Amino acid sequence: MSAFLEVQAIKKRWAHTVTVGPITLDIARGEIVALLGPSGSGKTTMLRLLAGFETPDGGRIVVEGEDVTSMPPARRRFGMVFQHYALFPHLDVGENVAFGLRGHADAGAKATEALRLVDLAGFERRKVQELSGGQQQRVALARALAPEPRVLLLDEPLSNLDPALRERTRRELRQLIKRVGITTVFVTHEQEEAFELGDRVAVLNAGHLEQAGAPDELYERPASLFVATFVGRANVFRGAAARALARDADLVVVRPERLRFATAGLPGVVRERRYTGAAAFFLIEIDGGERIEVLAEPDAATVGDRVFVEAERVIRIVENGR
Amino acid sequence: MTRRNAQLVGAGLALLLAWLVLFPILVVARDAADGTALRAFFGRAGEWAALWASVWISLASVALAAAIGVPLAFLFEWFDFPGRKTLGALVALPVVLPPLVGVIAFLFLYGESGFIARAVQALFGMPEAPWRLQGPAAILLVHAYSMYVYFYLFTRAGLAKLDVSMLEAAQALGADRWTTIRRVVLPLVRPSLVGAAILTFMTSLGSFSAPYIFGGGFRVMTTQIVATKLNGDLPLAMVETLALAVVAVAGLLLLRRTEGDDILVALGKGIAPRPRPIRRPAIRALATAAGWGFAVLLLLPHLTLALVSLVPYGAWTTEILPPVLNLENYRRLFSEAERLRPLLNSLWMAAVSTAAAVVLALAAGWLVVQRRVALRRAIEGLLALPWALPGTVFAIALAMTFSVHAPPLRWVLVGTVAILPLAYLVRALPLTGRALLAGYRQLDPALEEAAASLGAGRWRTLARVTLPQLRPGLAAGASLAFVAALGDIVASIVLYTYETRPISIEILSSLRLSETGVAAAFGVVLMVVSALVLGIGARR
Repeated sequence: MSAFLEVQAIKKRWAHTVTVGPITLDIARGEIVALLGPSGSGKTTMLRLLAGFETPDGGRIVVEGEDVTSMPPARRRFGMVFQHYALFPHLDVGENVAFGLRGHADAGAKATEALRLVDLAGFERRKVQELSGGQQQRVALARALAPEPRVLLLDEPLSNLDPALRERTRRELRQLIKRVGITTVFVTHEQEEAFELGDRVAVLNAGHLEQAGAPDELYERPASLFVATFVGRANVFRGAAARALARDADLVVVRPERLRFATAGLPGVVRERRYTGAAAFFLIEIDGGERIEVLAEPDAATVGDRVFVEAERVIRIVENGR
Repeated sequence: MTRRNAQLVGAGLALLLAWLVLFPILVVARDAADGTALRAFFGRAGEWAALWASVWISLASVALAAAIGVPLAFLFEWFDFPGRKTLGALVALPVVLPPLVGVIAFLFLYGESGFIARAVQALFGMPEAPWRLQGPAAILLVHAYSMYVYFYLFTRAGLAKLDVSMLEAAQALGADRWTTIRRVVLPLVRPSLVGAAILTFMTSLGSFSAPYIFGGGFRVMTTQIVATKLNGDLPLAMVETLALAVVAVAGLLLLRRTEGDDILVALGKGIAPRPRPIRRPAIRALATAAGWGFAVLLLLPHLTLALVSLVPYGAWTTEILPPVLNLENYRRLFSEAERLRPLLNSLWMAAVSTAAAVVLALAAGWLVVQRRVALRRAIEGLLALPWALPGTVFAIALAMTFSVHAPPLRWVLVGTVAILPLAYLVRALPLTGRALLAGYRQLDPALEEAAASLGAGRWRTLARVTLPQLRPGLAAGASLAFVAALGDIVASIVLYTYETRPISIEILSSLRLSETGVAAAFGVVLMVVSALVLGIGARR
């Protein structure tokens, strides 16, 4: 499968000490890729480089074999949904959506079509200020999709919605993108959002691409300690403790649900129990001072118990010096 | 204070303001209902010509000021080049020149015996001065110079409020730079542009110094009114005053209608675009050169004034540059009691009127915003009214109202020391009123509640919580009011007495006696004090 959107060793230098990249990433046609990372990891810079709002200091961006690295945003035919939507307050909903359709003979019809796509048919003459946050988000999406862009870029698409709405919108957004079939890149700092919305997740840290892969790949086979701890909960074992769990390993990671209480293993004391309904998190102080988290049946232990913990499945991490 | 007492105080303030700013206008309106005067006004071509001149000069001033100020604002807000910060501040410099001082600086610089004319005359060996700085063109030149600052400052403020993602959204949708400016940026900064246009139009309509000095035979309504009053035809002066007031209000209402809603407030979040460095060396050099060239052009009047103030009386005749420079004029200004007096007069009258305007505005802010008294709209409207009418209108109205003894509403104040501070106070009310009402509206009520819950009483809350937060607005409003009073000429020329003559009147009489050096020295003092006060007022 050849890549539809190729990011080739793209690099951006902000100051002497702050650099993003070089990052290389191939994205297939119709794929949804999440850029996931903590703040300052360079994910927003990546998105803005793709959109053309920043000029890279090195590398290339290629779409369908066409080099767009030095092409201005206005000519890239990339649609973008901004974090705060950036709807034009002096234009109504219909005019906002038709903004990118200037010169099209059937601009009105296309705008109507785009609004129907996001379930806002009949909203053309509304003022954007009158809309709810969720509706504004959908207008922004319709506006970005109306000119039929090659790539859709979303900057923290759900961060402005309240949590209750967020989960539903996430599913609807994914269905919509898949229906349109557009290649999509979005930025998020929430693992859950990246996993549910993205086909593939690219984890960024301190300006570097740590790993790109499907959600279960990242979770089960993280390439670095950062990915292991940033994506999902993780217990980190070093040195002797690591060797107790896996032969010849200096560093292993075990997910809380992969630890269980047993009759032998790492000895420790239950310090806290956090009940979540279906299960409970137990905070265990291992003899020697380290604390680990075990996810188990709610009645598996009580605070103060002396327990042994064994691992069902360990993830070996090879530190690469960074 | 109980609710009822607050209502009583509110009613008292409304009555006081009505007496100060509305009653004099009503007196003018009544006196203007004079058959002979009305016939004279409508019958004479000169009256219509003056009124029309006021209107078209104002509209042309708006167009010129916008043509200079708006592109400059874009240049300084959007692009980065060497010296951007320094130049950006210098460009606002005409603000520190009080109107009359700016006019005499132009006279010394571009007038028929000014530096430029002398240089051109010498260069080409002409027998006479190459031009005369007179008529509409001269007035427009001065207006463009002093009023483009409104467009520059307002547009920059509007651009600074603009959300950068708006521009990026337009680009991502395929709009090029000009389309983005035309379809996104200009509609979004329209409230700022209209605000600047209104301010320029009103200032220009009320402008007196430029037409008075440069008008020659060309009359606008403000100079026409003062001339009629000096001729003693009071009923006709009333009609003219009323006509100017009507034009001002009509212009204000028309311009207001183009303003639209302040939509930026509704959706305004995010960050303004950061200035983009100009990369192409040639354009960068051009922008830098243009910026510095423009700054020098703007500074020339200030420099001219400073230079002329150093020329002793009679020492400069036909040379291009003055042959002798010393501090003689300043020595005379500060050592001769008769010359020092106008300076002291202006200072104390400006201080008293500003203090009174601040107190009234504080009371108004408290009553209107915090106590929401029944008459709050009336109070707010009365505070703003003097802004909607040219200064000449108020000068004439006060002169008429307070030259008759008819207590309790009318007293003979003309000829006493009270009349000029009163006139300055009226002009200062919109400035302090607007600043403090805005300040009160931005107060977070939770802060006062927090102070109260921590045991602070009313006065302690006012002193320790409310006033410190109002301080920036208060300083800005008060400094503008003080500077306006200090440099006033419109009210002064109608109402001054020899004992209370302010600086502007002294400048005019020095000019009449050809003591240009002394006039310039007064101008420099006025300019420096204005700059200092505005600088203090703008500090955060």
